[in-house]
Amino acid sequence: MLNVSGLACSRGERRLFADVSFSLAAGEWLHVQGENGAGKTSLMRLLVGLSSADAGKILWREEPAPSTEFRRDLIYLGHHAAVKEDLTPLENLHLAAALDGIALDERTSLAALIRLGLRGREELPVRVLSAGQKRRVLLARLLTRPAVLWVLDEAFNALDVSAVRLLGDLIAEHLSTGGMAVLTSHQPLPVPGGKALVL
Amino acid sequence: MNALLATVRRDLLLALRRKSEVLTAVFFFVIVTSLFPLGIGPEPVLLKKIAPGILWVAALLATLLGLPRLFAADHMDGTLEQMALSPSPLGLLVAGKILAHWLLCGLPLVLLAPVLGLQFDLDASALAVLTVALLLGTPLLSLIGAIGAALTLGVRGGGVLLALLVLPLYIPALIFGAGAVEAHIAGLGSGGHLSLLAAMLALAVFFAPWATTAALRVALE
Repeated sequence: MLNVSGLACSRGERRLFADVSFSLAAGEWLHVQGENGAGKTSLMRLLVGLSSADAGKILWREEPAPSTEFRRDLIYLGHHAAVKEDLTPLENLHLAAALDGIALDERTSLAALIRLGLRGREELPVRVLSAGQKRRVLLARLLTRPAVLWVLDEAFNALDVSAVRLLGDLIAEHLSTGGMAVLTSHQPLPVPGGKALVL
Repeated sequence: MNALLATVRRDLLLALRRKSEVLTAVFFFVIVTSLFPLGIGPEPVLLKKIAPGILWVAALLATLLGLPRLFAADHMDGTLEQMALSPSPLGLLVAGKILAHWLLCGLPLVLLAPVLGLQFDLDASALAVLTVALLLGTPLLSLIGAIGAALTLGVRGGGVLLALLVLPLYIPALIFGAGAVEAHIAGLGSGGHLSLLAAMLALAVFFAPWATTAALRVALE
């Protein structure tokens, strides 16, 4: 479904990577590895269409990405918190869904927050939560936003042991229902299988 | 269209949680326009002559105050990135943000202008023309300003650069906006000025969200 071929990226004069190719089918995931500054985040941003590549092609369902269909199938969680500090976790989830044009009922969003261990924090402004809890609010979007392709950049940062296990479970569930995931991480991931790509 | 309304609702809700940021621009407008009659003294003829210009310049500067925040906060916390990746067209979301900016920073000025115009001894019909001119002009200011805000996003010292970039582009709005009231007071009729202002607004409604979106995509790269 996802076919990437001959991707190249440079920052200024420096070549970050060239000729990166991989493909993912339903139920597969890719672990992007590399040292700091190897270009993992750049690859992720290229992949989702936030920046454009020097060379190479990205195909999603045999169509060139990024298209509207690709964006509908995609969820990308990067380094940023990507939540509004002044709003509550519940408001954040509902506004994000409204912007994406996706219907979300309160039962689903509450269940997502509870699953991520934020019971009792639904109505607090995000700014009073800890860094790890903010991360969990963001991760709740994985449950409230239906998507086929998950692109998670360093998603395991700032998470405690139980949250790391939970995220591993979420990814495994997603893969078992025919989803795909591209992950970057320095630590070994608690998800079985998976292809590896070393930059 | 729903995405546009959702963006408006979101930005209004955020402004509600942080009222001070919105109120600063409105208070700025009130105070600046009140300083002139106080400084110049009770000279109705002079005040009446300078009123349109002063009210319009104050409106330009008040709009400018809110512009740096239009995209900066969303850029910092990464929600802008999420908008760019949303299945909804980014142009619609940007249009929603501009509309919210006008509702917060432009509409209050329109509503306050007739009251503030009283300090300059403007009569009822001149006040009506001033209000209509601002009603057509302030959305134009928000639309043009959004392009500047997107172009200076992430630039160090972007606030000053934004002012330098946007203020010259505000000149046509200023000329025809203030000109409408002046022409009315002089008995020439304000129709021509207001029509030109409306034409500029129509053009900006069409092109500004598009240009802003292009600039934002560059800023996000």
